[in-house]
Amino acid sequence: MDAFVTHTGTAVPLRRSNVDTDQIIPAVWLKQVSRTGFEKGLFAAWREDPSFVLNDPAYDGASILVSGPDFGTGSSREHAVWALQQYGFRVVIAARFGDIFRNNSTKMGLLPVVLPPEAVETLQKAVEADPATEITVDLSEREVRAVGEAWSFEIDDYTRWRLLEGLDDIGLTLRHADAIADYESGRQPWLPKTA
Amino acid sequence: MGRTLAEKVWEQHVVRRAEGEPDLLFIDLHLIHEVTSPQAFDGLRMAGRPVRRPDLTIATEDHNVPTVRGPISDPVSRAQVETLRKNAAEFGVRLHPMGDAGQGVVHIIGPQFGLTQPGMTIVCGDSHTSTHGAFGGIAFGIGTSEVEHVLATQTLPAYRPKTMAIEVKGALPYGVTAKDLILAIIAQIGTGGGQGYIVEYRGEAIRALSMEGRMTVCNMSIEAGARAGMIAPDETTFSYLKGRPHAPEGEAWDQAVEYWKTLRTDDDAVFDRVVEIDAATLTPFVTWGTNPGQGAPLSSVVPAPEQFGDPIERSAAERALEYMGLTAGTRLTDVEVDTVFVGSCTNGRLEDLRAAAEILQGRQVRTRTLIVPGSMMVKLQAEAEGLHEVFKAAGAEWREAGCSMCLGMNPDTLAPGERSASTSNRNFEGRQGKGGRTHLVSPQVAAATAVTGKLTAPADLV
Repeated sequence: MDAFVTHTGTAVPLRRSNVDTDQIIPAVWLKQVSRTGFEKGLFAAWREDPSFVLNDPAYDGASILVSGPDFGTGSSREHAVWALQQYGFRVVIAARFGDIFRNNSTKMGLLPVVLPPEAVETLQKAVEADPATEITVDLSEREVRAVGEAWSFEIDDYTRWRLLEGLDDIGLTLRHADAIADYESGRQPWLPKTA
Repeated sequence: MGRTLAEKVWEQHVVRRAEGEPDLLFIDLHLIHEVTSPQAFDGLRMAGRPVRRPDLTIATEDHNVPTVRGPISDPVSRAQVETLRKNAAEFGVRLHPMGDAGQGVVHIIGPQFGLTQPGMTIVCGDSHTSTHGAFGGIAFGIGTSEVEHVLATQTLPAYRPKTMAIEVKGALPYGVTAKDLILAIIAQIGTGGGQGYIVEYRGEAIRALSMEGRMTVCNMSIEAGARAGMIAPDETTFSYLKGRPHAPEGEAWDQAVEYWKTLRTDDDAVFDRVVEIDAATLTPFVTWGTNPGQGAPLSSVVPAPEQFGDPIERSAAERALEYMGLTAGTRLTDVEVDTVFVGSCTNGRLEDLRAAAEILQGRQVRTRTLIVPGSMMVKLQAEAEGLHEVFKAAGAEWREAGCSMCLGMNPDTLAPGERSASTSNRNFEGRQGKGGRTHLVSPQVAAATAVTGKLTAPADLV
């Protein structure tokens, strides 16, 4: 996973709530067995509408998505994260996220930032007024800065550290292989086995 | 201070706890299917890692499989299923492939084999893993990175979610089902209402539900945003489990039951949030919009966006009505439907098929009607009872097991603009096929709707 320390870029305002992962990447795209090529499926149904915000050339090159609340609800498909990243997004800002999507994002280095609804509104208005508006998302300071304002955001210390260092979870867990083996030796005897 | 059921199960599974870090949680059962696993197995291969506990892992083919007999015609779907077969063979994971008597929707087969038991931690790369919480364990959906993590370590790092009690007081009126109850709960607390929580469903109406009904309720916990949903085990749970292939036997059974009986929230335990629902006020419930929280009693009308005080909810309602092709004020029972789907991990169990058959007995359907058993075992049991003959005589299609039209990854899809009454769990835009319009309903309402061609409660059938 690539490290995430701070990122400055332009943003796309997505004025929709409950952006479920079926919208982010429709199921037909989930048949792939590779990890690449999902950018083409990002918001595939919505992008067929010429007036959809991602089709507006003013937002070309944007790397931050500023969405309405409850972004990433629904299906656990990590393909949603891959699609956003492969399209060029590094950060999604919203007032609330689906739990599984948020988890998946931090495993991949896509930063989900929770800001209060008023801050999201301010950012969306600023970006709509001037698509060249730059937003800085600073993970080390836990702060979003734009249009002369700054908002702090919460993220737990462990996830922040892992993202700042770009560390792979599995490697970290395997450092505790002994603890896992200890636990396994004390499990209740009736617990089922598949084989 | 006492502990909640969720806290008890969580604590039992902590492998390692350290200040400032998430708990490392042991996973008792890992369910695998073809869609969210291929990239995880690739990751293992690249790192040269084995599956740590193939004996706690089980795989099946469900999302892509056709529900008419024969091979998979879509080459991309076929490649994905074949990839699962290769991975299962290479890593030594038990697989129930298409055609196998144990094949079915991943959340149907776990309980059916008796692999889902009280007090366990269960994960799967699928958000409806919350289904298994009906047995009193902690079960939740994960993404592909976490699938790889569990394959490699049989653990997951996680912070314990907050706890919420949903107390369902009183008894459900006659004709009101577990599906109506959970749709009403989601409409009340919203699609984000459970976010950050493990929900424990409690109260008289929950205790009165069968295991199938409890699974329907827990299944849709994710649609309220909850990480997991659970119900304390009781005699209903034990009698469902007894004698299943992987349930404990003899002395081990007695030991297990003794432990399972401790899996209840202590009387003095405190939940972070409590929601109360009065079961007696409920009636058959349907969705009118494009998220599962946009629901209403079937006896009511399509709401007007102006009814919503919150501007975000108002604009979501406007957009939903436009997508759904509905006009505010229309009686929901006047909404005409093209297709009825009975199936999925929400309502694809034997009890659901029996309920649909009871209504279709001696009647004719007016819509395209797909009846898709959740597993091959459900299919065989239904056929042993003659339910398939009832469906066929009514003009419905009796299919093979799989996820089918719940998400339309196989050929069972809606055409653009087509409208369904579906016993599945998501009414998202395009979920059942691009441009398709979905109303979530119970199996009983689905069957009655198939008969009249309009959203219909069974009580209104002549």
